[in-house]
Amino acid sequence: MDWLSEFGGILMMQGFNGLSVFCVLLLMALGLAIIFGQMGVINMAHGEFLTIGAYSTYMLSKLTTEYAPALQPYYFFGAIVVAFVVAYGIGYLVERLMISHLYKRPLDTLLATWGLSLIMQQSFRSIFGAKEVSATLPDWLMGSFQPAEGVDIPLNGLFMMALTIVLTGAIFILLYRSRWGLQVRATMQNRLMSGAVGINTRKVDRTTFALGCGVAGVAGAAFTTIGSTGPTSGSLYIVDTFLTVVFGGAQSLIGTIVSAFTIAQAQSTLEFFLTGSMAKVLTLSIVILILLMRPQGLFATKLRK
Amino acid sequence: MSDHSIKSAGRRKVLAGLAAATAIALPGMSFAAAPATAAINTTKLAITDTEVTVGQLHSATGTMAISETGSIQAERLAIEQINAMGGILGRKIKIIQEDGASDWPTFAEKAKKLLVSDRVATIFGCWTSASRKAVLPVVEKENGLLYYPTFYEGLEQSKNVIYTGQEATQQILAGLDWIVKEKKAKTFFLVGSDYIWPRTSNKIARKHIENVVKGEVVGEEYYPLGNTQFGSLINKIKLKKPDVIFVDIVGGSTVAFFKQLKAAGVTGKTQKVLTLSVTEDEMLGIGGENAEGFFSSMKYFQSLDNANNKKFVEAFKAKYGANSVIGDVTQAAYLGPWLWKAAVEKAGSFDVDKVVAASPGIELKTAPESYVKLHENHHLWSKTRIGEVQKNGQFKIVFESGLIEPNPFPKGYQ
Amino acid sequence: MNFIFEKLLGGKQGTIGLLVLCFLLLVVFPLTLDPFRLNMIGKYLSYAFVAVGLVLCWGYGGILSLGQGVFFGLGGYCMAMFLKLEASDPISTKIQTTPGIPDFMDWNQITELPNIWLPFQSLSLTFLLVIAVPVVLAFIVGVAMFKRRVGDVYFSIVTQAIAAILAILIIGRQGWTGGVNGITDLKTMLGWDIRTDSARLILYFAGVGLLVASIMFGRFVLTSKLGRLLVAMRDKEERVRFSGYDVANFKVFVFCAAAGISAIGGAMFTLQVGFMSPSFVGIVPSIEMVIYAAVGGRMSLLGAVYGTLLVNYGKTYFSETVPELWLFLMGGLFIVVVMYFPNGLAGLYESHGKKWLAKLFGSKSKLTLSAMEASK
Repeated sequence: MDWLSEFGGILMMQGFNGLSVFCVLLLMALGLAIIFGQMGVINMAHGEFLTIGAYSTYMLSKLTTEYAPALQPYYFFGAIVVAFVVAYGIGYLVERLMISHLYKRPLDTLLATWGLSLIMQQSFRSIFGAKEVSATLPDWLMGSFQPAEGVDIPLNGLFMMALTIVLTGAIFILLYRSRWGLQVRATMQNRLMSGAVGINTRKVDRTTFALGCGVAGVAGAAFTTIGSTGPTSGSLYIVDTFLTVVFGGAQSLIGTIVSAFTIAQAQSTLEFFLTGSMAKVLTLSIVILILLMRPQGLFATKLRK
Repeated sequence: MSDHSIKSAGRRKVLAGLAAATAIALPGMSFAAAPATAAINTTKLAITDTEVTVGQLHSATGTMAISETGSIQAERLAIEQINAMGGILGRKIKIIQEDGASDWPTFAEKAKKLLVSDRVATIFGCWTSASRKAVLPVVEKENGLLYYPTFYEGLEQSKNVIYTGQEATQQILAGLDWIVKEKKAKTFFLVGSDYIWPRTSNKIARKHIENVVKGEVVGEEYYPLGNTQFGSLINKIKLKKPDVIFVDIVGGSTVAFFKQLKAAGVTGKTQKVLTLSVTEDEMLGIGGENAEGFFSSMKYFQSLDNANNKKFVEAFKAKYGANSVIGDVTQAAYLGPWLWKAAVEKAGSFDVDKVVAASPGIELKTAPESYVKLHENHHLWSKTRIGEVQKNGQFKIVFESGLIEPNPFPKGYQ
Repeated sequence: MNFIFEKLLGGKQGTIGLLVLCFLLLVVFPLTLDPFRLNMIGKYLSYAFVAVGLVLCWGYGGILSLGQGVFFGLGGYCMAMFLKLEASDPISTKIQTTPGIPDFMDWNQITELPNIWLPFQSLSLTFLLVIAVPVVLAFIVGVAMFKRRVGDVYFSIVTQAIAAILAILIIGRQGWTGGVNGITDLKTMLGWDIRTDSARLILYFAGVGLLVASIMFGRFVLTSKLGRLLVAMRDKEERVRFSGYDVANFKVFVFCAAAGISAIGGAMFTLQVGFMSPSFVGIVPSIEMVIYAAVGGRMSLLGAVYGTLLVNYGKTYFSETVPELWLFLMGGLFIVVVMYFPNGLAGLYESHGKKWLAKLFGSKSKLTLSAMEASK
């Protein structure tokens, strides 16, 4: 009977791991999906906005340790808010100065945002140095939760799940229950008519882009719990994120969620039975194959052109 | 011929005569006087009567910049100290620094530029095996010299490269023997990043575990460079319950792996971990509290307690900041200029062939790692130490081996 | 004669442009640069192949492939495999456990040549595979994507994913491909030492020759009916479809053409630089190659070459002089070119350069202007 409980324990941990990877992917992909779905623009600098969030968290961690050590256990919540605000602000500026000029040229936006990512990476390097840095995590985020003997559920994984649920919920409410969300959805479905009925589509674009970047910032803050931050940290996640969004089908948040879940579970399970490299290649290949057969993604509401 | 050229020809004759006279007179004088350039430089290197030019080829940008910054700093410190002592053969060292940008082809291109266009006397550079492999054909074809500081997989021995870091057998065998003896370890789970150094290291480790210490390898896994999700792997490890997790993961993955290990409840108290790839530099990112109690096998730790190291750490911190940390590769890079200086002085010339011929047998008693000696195979005799991670990110030395002979082509381990 | 003049050389202006380029590459550079710098130009020119291919498929076809590194790399690896086999003859490798196979296979305990390497023992077969392998891959991807009418941005992302996968595969299978180190230490081709200065000179001229041939091929495609269809497709795909043409076929063709040309570039790169590594296959190099075409002018075959030379020269120069700064410059270049100079240098030349040149040459202006008017 012992092996059964051990097996069950491993199953639970593995299942949790899959959910963990799912949260990571979803946090990254949400921001991109909002932007892509709304504006049809792929922001190649998305990974760098994630890094902005991570560096903001690091800065806040340093400030708290130096000036207000008593606040140490609580700073992390503040860090999330700060990460969002900073990333939102920079995203807003970027949209205003660059993206809005490339309005009708999505491919060119792709290239321009790639240039932006190079500039951002070098800025990080110049400001924070080339070495990787780590925010000191509050104690309540470290270690694991042990519901049973031999079963360790990492606490930061639980935290990330909670964060993902809250964030996704907030975005859903924003999109489907608020006035602003209504404008966003209208613009997404028919830009011309929306403009005709008086919606300032340019402003909607701007706030959507900034929101997407803000979400990336929050993801970056969350990621400081699982890895360190360096100037090129963003590029570690970027390919997976793109694939998740494209696989899910643009203009569909549900699609992104399902896509992230599928890819995460597939990768996690394959990793368990094969080695890491092969699992990655296999997962990516399966995604590509499915995309080749159904290029509009899983949940496209209309054919993306 | 014009008036001008006759005058110059005459001038040249006088200078040559003077130089010859000085050259004849010099050997009798103190060694601090500068030998004539013509005598010490017969291969048209960039050497003048007062200066010798060397190249520094590391990544200042890109993913490897994180690791290579330390090497750049250490080499500069060594060169500064050498210049303060009067230089080599009476010449101060001038550095041309090139950025490999973490891109191996760029390394090859810059190496060629340094050797062919700039005619540097030697290059201090590279970090990853990929960059070294890209530079190797260039250095061999142009008959240049490269001082390579990283601990690596061995399986190489070039007339034009001096390897100041340990090769795999030096790093691994002593460490494994110690952990088997001290911690009664029998089962091992090998984990690495997916490229040549971890694969070769794990192969050597496996052979040693199975054939020599009669232990068992219960798992061996590789993950792509840059991977940050280790949940499944950690679950697998927990399933197998090995005595020791043997880790050679590198780069950004290291921090992720150790943080996730800690998050999964694996700590130094409950699990032995022996790693080949964690130095003080990586500990900055990982955080001492996340890896406390784990063991690392290196030839150098910043906490080494000897007079040489105390001076070295002091000088390094004075120049680069009190919060600097010094890892194994940084120290090995520091050795490069000193070894070169010793070889050049022994050869009495900057010519690469002569320097290489003079190198075997050179000892450095002032090395921060206490003592090294250059072997014929261009590697260093050195001691291996096991350090236990402390909360502050430094290491407590729990074991020090004797001098280990470098063996880049170990029989029975291939 | 007319055919050659109009179709391959691009009319009067095209011929002048091509001649100027040839003069620069075949006369000016070899006479003024030392062998080291000339070899670097040769290296840049191998990137130019990719840029030329991109002009065809992106500038004219509207297909932004962010994975051209895949084809460049495949061509390069094919050539590298042949050269490596030649450099791994049993005599030079006698120090290995298994002599006669490449060194990296020996370190990975491989004891005999994997099947996939066998065809590369023959030079003629290698030449064939250099072009065939990438073109076949491009064909498969193209058919799968274009027949399903995948959108532009989607296509770009998928090409990125393919580049990422191939890079991971190559690095993962290090016993077969040399892994992250790549295939290094290439020495001779059929006994001819490719590392000597004289060999490098010959390879340089060969590269220029092949590049000019590719440009002429590009001209041929663009001045044919296909060329017009491509432009029409790029701007209003639906109408072309309604007119009865199978748009997908043309897209596949131009994508394959770009792949083939890039592959030739890859092979020339391997020959001139002496190694090939996965760092040319992934996402970053692929996107960089796009910027060469963008800077030069995505609608100009000649511009692609100039753009490549300029950006690469800038990269080398700035990374030597201001290593901290040059990434800023590169990123800035991307943004500025894309936002303000979408037609790159060639566009600048069309709008401003011509008038300036006309003023410079005074009375000859009418003649040059009318000559310049004619072509692209």
